[in-house]
Amino acid sequence: MTEPLIFEHSRAGRFARAQAPVVREEVELPADCLRAEPPVLPEVSELQAVRHYTRLSQRNFSIDTHFYPLGSCTMKYNPRACNTLALQPGFRGRHPYAPASHSQGFLACMFELQEMLKGVTGMQAVSLTPMAGAQGELAGVLMIRAYHHARNETHRNEILVPDAAHGTNPATAVMCGMKVVELPTDADGDVDIAALEQAVGPNTAGIMLTNPSTVGVFERKIEQIAKIVHGAGGLLYYDGANLNAILGKVRPGDMGFDVIHMNLHKTFSTPHGGGGPGSGAVGVGARLQPFMPIPVVGREGDRYRWQDEKDLPQSIGRLSGFMGNAGVLLRAYIYMRMLGQEGMRQVGEFATLNANYLAARLKAAGFELAYPRRRASHEFIITLKRMAKDQGVTAMDVAKALLDYGFHAPTTYFPLLVPECLLIEPTETESKEALDGFIDAMCDIMERAVRDAEHLKGAPWTLPVRRLDDVRAARQLDVAWRPGSVDA
Amino acid sequence: MAFIPHTEGDVADMLAAIGAASIGELFDEIPPGLRVDELPGVPEAISEMAITRLMQARAAQDQGALCFIGAGAYEHHIPAAVWEITTRGEYYSAYTPYQAEASQGTLQLIYEYQSMMASLTGLDVSNASLYDGASALAEAALMAVRANRRSKARRILLPRTVPPVYARVAEAIAGTQGIEFCRVDYDTASGTTPVAALAPWENEDVTAVVIPQPTFLGSLEAVDALTDWAHARGALVIAVVNPLSLALLKPPGQWGAAGADIACGEGQPLGVPLSSGGPYFGFMTTRASHVRQMPGRIVGRTVDLDGKPGFTLTLQAREQHIRRSKATSNICTNQGLMVTAATIYMSLLGAEGLARVAASSHANTRRLVDALSALPGVERALSGPCFHESVLRFDRPVGPVLEALATRDVFGGYDLTTDFPELGHALLVCATETKTAEDIAHYAGALADVLKQQKVA
Repeated sequence: MTEPLIFEHSRAGRFARAQAPVVREEVELPADCLRAEPPVLPEVSELQAVRHYTRLSQRNFSIDTHFYPLGSCTMKYNPRACNTLALQPGFRGRHPYAPASHSQGFLACMFELQEMLKGVTGMQAVSLTPMAGAQGELAGVLMIRAYHHARNETHRNEILVPDAAHGTNPATAVMCGMKVVELPTDADGDVDIAALEQAVGPNTAGIMLTNPSTVGVFERKIEQIAKIVHGAGGLLYYDGANLNAILGKVRPGDMGFDVIHMNLHKTFSTPHGGGGPGSGAVGVGARLQPFMPIPVVGREGDRYRWQDEKDLPQSIGRLSGFMGNAGVLLRAYIYMRMLGQEGMRQVGEFATLNANYLAARLKAAGFELAYPRRRASHEFIITLKRMAKDQGVTAMDVAKALLDYGFHAPTTYFPLLVPECLLIEPTETESKEALDGFIDAMCDIMERAVRDAEHLKGAPWTLPVRRLDDVRAARQLDVAWRPGSVDA
Repeated sequence: MAFIPHTEGDVADMLAAIGAASIGELFDEIPPGLRVDELPGVPEAISEMAITRLMQARAAQDQGALCFIGAGAYEHHIPAAVWEITTRGEYYSAYTPYQAEASQGTLQLIYEYQSMMASLTGLDVSNASLYDGASALAEAALMAVRANRRSKARRILLPRTVPPVYARVAEAIAGTQGIEFCRVDYDTASGTTPVAALAPWENEDVTAVVIPQPTFLGSLEAVDALTDWAHARGALVIAVVNPLSLALLKPPGQWGAAGADIACGEGQPLGVPLSSGGPYFGFMTTRASHVRQMPGRIVGRTVDLDGKPGFTLTLQAREQHIRRSKATSNICTNQGLMVTAATIYMSLLGAEGLARVAASSHANTRRLVDALSALPGVERALSGPCFHESVLRFDRPVGPVLEALATRDVFGGYDLTTDFPELGHALLVCATETKTAEDIAHYAGALADVLKQQKVA
């Protein structure tokens, strides 16, 4: 069953009349400013639009409908209260330039959110404005750059990045005018200390680290790394992608990090929304506080106000048109208040319990862990290189087969240094029954790989489409429907 | 435990399977000296009922004023169906459609969105969104540098009529990558950029010229002449447009003889609530020939193993997860949920509905300007037409007037004094289709009172 394009439901002259002003008013504009032909938009009834987009929604896997163990993405339950309360008229309708006199309710939430994020990360100050993790990274590296420039050390233009790092790390460093120096990972998943000592020098601006790392283990030598990098005059950047693993247990500020970004859409359960909006709040230590992106919320007596260029003249500036993804920040605030101190600790504990349970059971069932001598953090990697070699069934095949079992696939082929890998992150909100169901499916797939590999290579079989031709998608580029284009 | 389903029995069974005595033991690789017990500043948990009371009180505290501020974020009516559907769990709690077969809903929706944006802007291809309008301009500037291979200068001409905050954001994001933004002056009588203002760069290497339509001041640029000037000198044209205005105004793809090369802007007017400034979404469209230089996700239509049509992320070789340090941008997550809302909004309104919203906003702003400029001490500051915002000049400082209006629950507009001091005591006002004749009369009445009570400085 395919669902036609919305344009195929369209008929000339049809119009959801209730949704627009009743008359089309006269427009007094010069003719050369006006468009000659109206844009090609659907002409459908309200019911047709509602039905079409409801049907499309049913062609998605989501946290609300499926176990979604997508490693490094922290697909935990998004409490409904966060959405309902953030969409109240007073928040939904508040203009970003509303005067401070009519903004105290919203600003109080933002100020308290900043305070709570300082508490859970051990940083000195927080700016909420970056609009996604990658923008938080950008803010972080720009602050490091600004710090060195303020000290007349403009030659410091090298950023150290472990080879297992998320692709945004090197991409961000380059966007900030830095050179990337890659660091190897040792056999147990830690940063290679000897290589780090070799790599640091007078041009070191800093290091970008994720801890627990992208290979799913805690970086045990973090204090030594901090000493080496600081000793060379560099700063430490913490990528908060995996903060969920250690929430309430250990704080980046205590590990020696100078700047961090948090993915509020991971750790603090704001929605992933089919690919955003995220929110990449940054936390800083004392050295980088003057360079924070603006605006930030300040409190004077019992009044709150935005602090801007005048308050932080050395700021790296503004990264968004207004003040970041405010509605997302409200949701994170509500979530944190419902969890509280004790709930924060339980996040790290139960995320770790679920991952270690899943890892132990899969290992017992015969799956190969990439780092068998290590504790899993909130996620872990299995490598299917044996299955790929013996039965020709790849990590991609297993990922697609899992969809037929009603599970979203784990992250595949990341990190790049582990062959045929699945990065599995269950999160704390999944029950033991859900995990057991996933383990059963994995065991079934392993058994089927021996008996009927072709079935797995053809998966998925039960979804709206089978595997898609990515090569054709890129070569015969069709990225927009046009009137008259033929629809199969 | 909030949102954690484990029973004591579950925990015991799971620890047994792991071979650990306690959950604490699972953290034994973390150096003991680093572990914490207390999280200063984090209060104890409260229930959903208690947080509901708190948030209702705080929302109510900020509510109830009549808003005539625009300045880049616009109050429009959003059909109830838009957010009813958008917040369905299948959209709300899914992620980037990496597993295409399990994400056909989101992927098809994005393809439909791309089609709508391409048509609205008169260009060939759209990406799946960027963060917001301001950061979209920064990305467009970086893209222009990649796409214009004839230019070596990395120089972008940026009129002062572009929203001032866009310029600041572009500088913060792209300035560190060696891009030089040259500010182009405007004519204070009309609030537009005369072609003559580009003369200083007549014989210079220019990578791209940014053209806003409408301008931050609500006025309309001579887009055809500016576009032709840029193309005659080998520069690309980046259009910064309000997507709603394109229901009426000439689309960037038809500007001048050849059309703009890149269009971008703030998508908020298309069904996204004001929500204190975000989440919104940035949009970007371009010519087919530049698609490989475009940042962000792009969805393509293809076929599956059985030849059945389906949708997938495409041209991923541009992106950070493949290209790492050589990617077109570091963007990863974009603003998917906002695109969902915008797509449903555009479907419900259609071309006729969008045109009515745009025309009503235009007409209401004209009525507002007529009503306010009839008061002594208030006059229209700019000659020439405007879309749905306009500048008023006062005989006294604007700040105290706005404060006094706010005490009467009227948000009177955006004070231009800091960013555009040469315009005098200038105020940017906006009345969208949401404002009635009574609302406009209420503002005029309140302003008349305030002006009477306050002395001219």
